[in-house]
Amino acid sequence: MIEIDSVTKRFGERLIVDRLSLTVPAGGFCVLLGSSGSGKSTTLRMINRLIEIDSGSIRVGGQDVRSVPAEVLRRRIGYAIQSIGLFPHWTVEDNIATVPRLLKWPQPRTRDRVDELLQLFRLEPEIYRAKYPHQLSGGEQQRVGVARALAADPELLLMDEPFAAVDPITRDALQAELTRIHRATTKTIVFVTHDIEEALRLATQIAILHEGRIAQLGSPLEILEHPASDFVADFVSGQGLGLKLLSVRKIGAHMRTGVSAEGEPLNVDTSLRDALSVMMTRRTDRLPVCDAEGHPLGIIRLTDLVR
Amino acid sequence: MNVRLDLTGSRSAVAFPIAIHNKVLFTLVIVAVAAVVSLGFISYAPNRLVSGASIPLWVAAGSLPTIAIAILGAILLAACCIAPNTLVHYGVAVAAGLLLLLVLAELGHAASVLASNAKPSSRMSLGAASWVLVACAMLAVADALQRVAASISVQLIAVIAIGTGIVMLAVTGTFDTLSIAREYVIRRQVFAAALVQHMALVGTSVGAAVAIGFPLGVAAARRRGLQDSMFAVLNILQTIPSIALFGLLIVPLSALVAAVPWLAAIGIAGIGVTPAIIALVLYALLPVVRNTSVGLTAVDPSAVEAGRGIGLSNRQIFWQLELPLALPVFLAGLRIVTVQAIGLAVVAALIGAGGLGTFVFEGLGQYAVDLVLLGALPAIFLALGADFILQVVSSLLRQRFAL
Repeated sequence: MIEIDSVTKRFGERLIVDRLSLTVPAGGFCVLLGSSGSGKSTTLRMINRLIEIDSGSIRVGGQDVRSVPAEVLRRRIGYAIQSIGLFPHWTVEDNIATVPRLLKWPQPRTRDRVDELLQLFRLEPEIYRAKYPHQLSGGEQQRVGVARALAADPELLLMDEPFAAVDPITRDALQAELTRIHRATTKTIVFVTHDIEEALRLATQIAILHEGRIAQLGSPLEILEHPASDFVADFVSGQGLGLKLLSVRKIGAHMRTGVSAEGEPLNVDTSLRDALSVMMTRRTDRLPVCDAEGHPLGIIRLTDLVR
Repeated sequence: MNVRLDLTGSRSAVAFPIAIHNKVLFTLVIVAVAAVVSLGFISYAPNRLVSGASIPLWVAAGSLPTIAIAILGAILLAACCIAPNTLVHYGVAVAAGLLLLLVLAELGHAASVLASNAKPSSRMSLGAASWVLVACAMLAVADALQRVAASISVQLIAVIAIGTGIVMLAVTGTFDTLSIAREYVIRRQVFAAALVQHMALVGTSVGAAVAIGFPLGVAAARRRGLQDSMFAVLNILQTIPSIALFGLLIVPLSALVAAVPWLAAIGIAGIGVTPAIIALVLYALLPVVRNTSVGLTAVDPSAVEAGRGIGLSNRQIFWQLELPLALPVFLAGLRIVTVQAIGLAVVAALIGAGGLGTFVFEGLGQYAVDLVLLGALPAIFLALGADFILQVVSSLLRQRFAL
């Protein structure tokens, strides 16, 4: 869990972060969303002390970040960036093993951990372990970059626009993987982006930053349905508010129970947007809904989507 | 009349009937043939001081070796016209290598034949045509290896094969009657000392230049402003002619030694080794500092940012990331500096620093070209050898780090 308490940062005369307070619960996925210059990256980089705060305090797991040496702190916090920054003269294995080696893990444990992470990111260890970064595609490089950030099993993962530089299809796959990994590992993630769709898709909690302050903090649904100000409304909705709502609402809240329908059932966690897409491709106006174990719960109809 | 020699092989109005695929090799063969036809292969002089008479290849070497050399030349000429592939290039490298060894062997052979009919004071030295032949053959080998993009191990094999051939010729006494070998025999003791002295001069000054220049390069990479002023000073140093710099150092050093007598006690003096090493270090500083600084600033900033973000200390970032990534550029600087110092150290003999330059200046004074060569040729081979070794090292590093 992270507690950011009334933190301020100036670069010269410019106020970048202005008495910002934010709490991210353990296991949460908090997206700092804002345009460039909103202070989102600065806020992220103050958590692992790449930038020192001017006033206020930041606690990670109840401990003030300034109470330990910066390097020791950073080895406990994963960090992945847009430009990835893999070490070009090291193999994939050496890159991922960076922090475990800094922490002097025994060699077999490090090796097992590297294999485990490569498998988690669906990179075949036998093939990828000995490759060099320049032999990987952009998407593979970013997978290795995130694997390196997760190597020492940190409780907290900081990500600074990690998928901004990859192509849309790869980005889509990486976002899906990150969601899967977040669920599987229950790590706390703080994620910076300026891409609203990405924020809506990944976050359990979105903090919209504007001029160094939080304009609104809430779940994706709350932010879309009840924007706190005109600024937030303008920022998040733009043209496609309806479609964005479809993508954050789950069919669980819109389905009808006690009825059944033909066909492959959808999971109750599916978004309305995905449900609509399935209806289009199957040329039907109703779909069965099931729970995580596959037990039928009810149906969702085309008209339910707009209710 | 305007007849165009079409070297590109494309069909035009007045086209050369055969396409020349390898223009470099073609030029080398033509130059070599022209030299052999018009210049002397070996030079014969009744004594060391008069200039010699040039004897052409076919007279000096006899008909059979001449034909052998001509056949190798014809093979190389034919190779220019074959569509290039790996096999052709390797064939060219082998033929040119053989030509090189054959020319050297025939030089030695012709000299000994001439010597057997002449007085002991007579001198047989290399004629202009043999220099051109040797140079063209070496360039043809180098060009062929370049064309197949030969790996470092193949290059190593080529250098060892040719080197072994030359050493074998020397050991079996082939060159003994050539005048440069005679100069060597007279100065055998002094030669070894001069060679060691030369390498010591180069080793000490390059070592000192790295010791001083590396930290300066690191500092320059860290601070932009420092870099500009540092390069300004070093650039000025680089423009001072070497003889002038050697001379300029004599006065302040002499004054310093006069003022601080204990300096003289540890061997520091206004002339000799001290000013030579200082001058060589000053010349070596700019490439060392510049390449260190450029290598470090070229390191991908995102790797450094990521390294810092996941908890590498500043020291770890320097030693584990920046330094290995800057190493190839640094080594390129070291190559420049070493080769440059080997050449400049020859000039240092002027101010009494010793080394191979001693023979060069002694030879110039006596108008004895062979004595000049006794100093110059080993310096050239030292430079080529140092260059090759550092190239091997840096290419191994690149492989290791997959850069």
